[in-house]
Amino acid sequence: MRHSFDVQVGPIGFRIGSAWSQPIETMEFLYAGYPRAPVPDYTVRLEPPRPWRRLIRPSVSIQGDHVLPEAAPLPLAQALLAAEMGMNLQVALGERRFLLLHAACVERDGRALILTGESGSGKSTMSALLGASGWRFMGDEFVLIEPATGLAHPFPRPVSLKNESIAALTAILPDVRFGPLLRGTPKGDVRHLRPDLAAIANMAATAIPALILFPCFGPPREIREVAASEAFVRLTQASTNYVALGESGFTALTRLVTTLPARAIDYPDTATGIAQIEELWSGL
Amino acid sequence: MKGVALLVAALAKPETVLALDAPGWTDLLSIAKAERLAGSLAHGLDGLVMPDAARRVLTAARANAETGRTHALWEAEMARTALAKLGVPIVLLKGAAFVAAGLDAGQGRLIGDLDILVPREQLDGVEAALLSAGWEWVKADPYDDDYYRRWMHELPPLIHRDRDRMIDVHHTILPLTSRPKPDAAAMIADSVALENGLRILAPEDMVVHAAAHLFADGDLAGGLRNLWDIDRLVREFEGDGFHDRLLARANLHGLKPETERALRLSAKLFETPIPPELSRLADRLYLNRLMARDGWGRETRPLLRLAFYIRSHWLRMPPMMLAKHLWTKWRK
Repeated sequence: MRHSFDVQVGPIGFRIGSAWSQPIETMEFLYAGYPRAPVPDYTVRLEPPRPWRRLIRPSVSIQGDHVLPEAAPLPLAQALLAAEMGMNLQVALGERRFLLLHAACVERDGRALILTGESGSGKSTMSALLGASGWRFMGDEFVLIEPATGLAHPFPRPVSLKNESIAALTAILPDVRFGPLLRGTPKGDVRHLRPDLAAIANMAATAIPALILFPCFGPPREIREVAASEAFVRLTQASTNYVALGESGFTALTRLVTTLPARAIDYPDTATGIAQIEELWSGL
Repeated sequence: MKGVALLVAALAKPETVLALDAPGWTDLLSIAKAERLAGSLAHGLDGLVMPDAARRVLTAARANAETGRTHALWEAEMARTALAKLGVPIVLLKGAAFVAAGLDAGQGRLIGDLDILVPREQLDGVEAALLSAGWEWVKADPYDDDYYRRWMHELPPLIHRDRDRMIDVHHTILPLTSRPKPDAAAMIADSVALENGLRILAPEDMVVHAAAHLFADGDLAGGLRNLWDIDRLVREFEGDGFHDRLLARANLHGLKPETERALRLSAKLFETPIPPELSRLADRLYLNRLMARDGWGRETRPLLRLAFYIRSHWLRMPPMMLAKHLWTKWRK
């Protein structure tokens, strides 16, 4: 590959190769302060779908160790998104050491709060806000649960902020932590927020899961208990490798939902949501 | 050393990895994943000194292969149950056969669909039994369906509606349009029963099938894995005149040139023990095709790959039929 970059995020190393210099330069900025990965776990390639598409109407196809055949190429202006999606894809399809939960995670006093839900539930925004107010940010895409110990491993990638939440966070955090604004992506406007130095410096420090939350942005304030059975089913749907792990995945997930409280919270605005989370956390 | 040569060396002589630097390891792991040989590599390198990251990747690959093995054995058992009342012989092929019989070729091997071989005259009953046990058609297209039924060596693929796993039901090992005509009845007659009643091909037929798959049916994409299967099988079965029986059997199936080519190439890459043979001029082309990948896992040599792709269609069908087939497909 003409241009390349490697980075270690928590327990997982990546190598990104690109036919263009621009995505690599953006990634070097967004991942400033992260360690390098001399032997990466996964390779991602940003390639033109046809040779001439490197220069003429440049377009980025996501390739790598694991690929989805139906993934459509993105315009070069959104190459950063392509790289991030490519990294997620490698982990989602390839990872077998951890049970993966599509969730955000923050830590306080060595204990982890897991936020999971559909896209739009607000888990990225909430984890970024919590990360700015006394919690350690552990990740907003995947929580990695180690089957043998049940511990949550940090995977603190840049937070992918979408649409309205971009303004909410650019208002309170320094410019230097934000990547370029990507307009009109398949997910709307996207801007990446680099985690703070503590999150990056402590990305090898695991935490004991303590609470599972299913946030839902929009409806009036409400908190509801979630039975272990419901939490189990919702988390199997939130896991990309539950089936592939077989018995160890089942054991890890069963332990998680039977030993941890789970709550669904509805919140009309982020301030209310944060207050609900603090209330639940102090009642543990 | 670079590219696929890294993987070939690591498989054939595991101790060569001790000399790898970090970029060498990175390339080796990417290539092994791209060739779907990471699990086999992990098995071969077990116990050697390596960077932590490489160990993590290989541990994950082994875990993946182990789950795959469980899934494959379970699917085979499900097929056995579904077909039990018909009393037909069910011969497991490829990966499922290797793991069911505990062969070295199954160690760390990735297993995709379940492939079984049944007698052609029993095909209708087998199809009906699978449909009633929860398998469904994957392809809805009537042309494809008709094409499979008239000309292919297998039923159109079926997928189980609950388990989402595919089964390929073969009645012989090559498309009916191919020039070699393997003796499927002999393969079934000489197959070997396992404890649970499922069957596997006789050792010679297993090697011939792998060679047929590699050189008479397809464009050699992912061929390195087939060749590695062949190396493992030959090493496990060699001795007591196996080589002579193998060639006699290949001759019976009309696949002697393919089998001999597989053995020559396997010996060239993996030092598979075979009696010395003169290499052929064309072997170089096959080797170049098998090695067409770089350290980033990307396929290289586009023209050579295209040539092998065209060859694969040429082998499958007589020219007029191919022209008609391509015309039909192109209009869709």
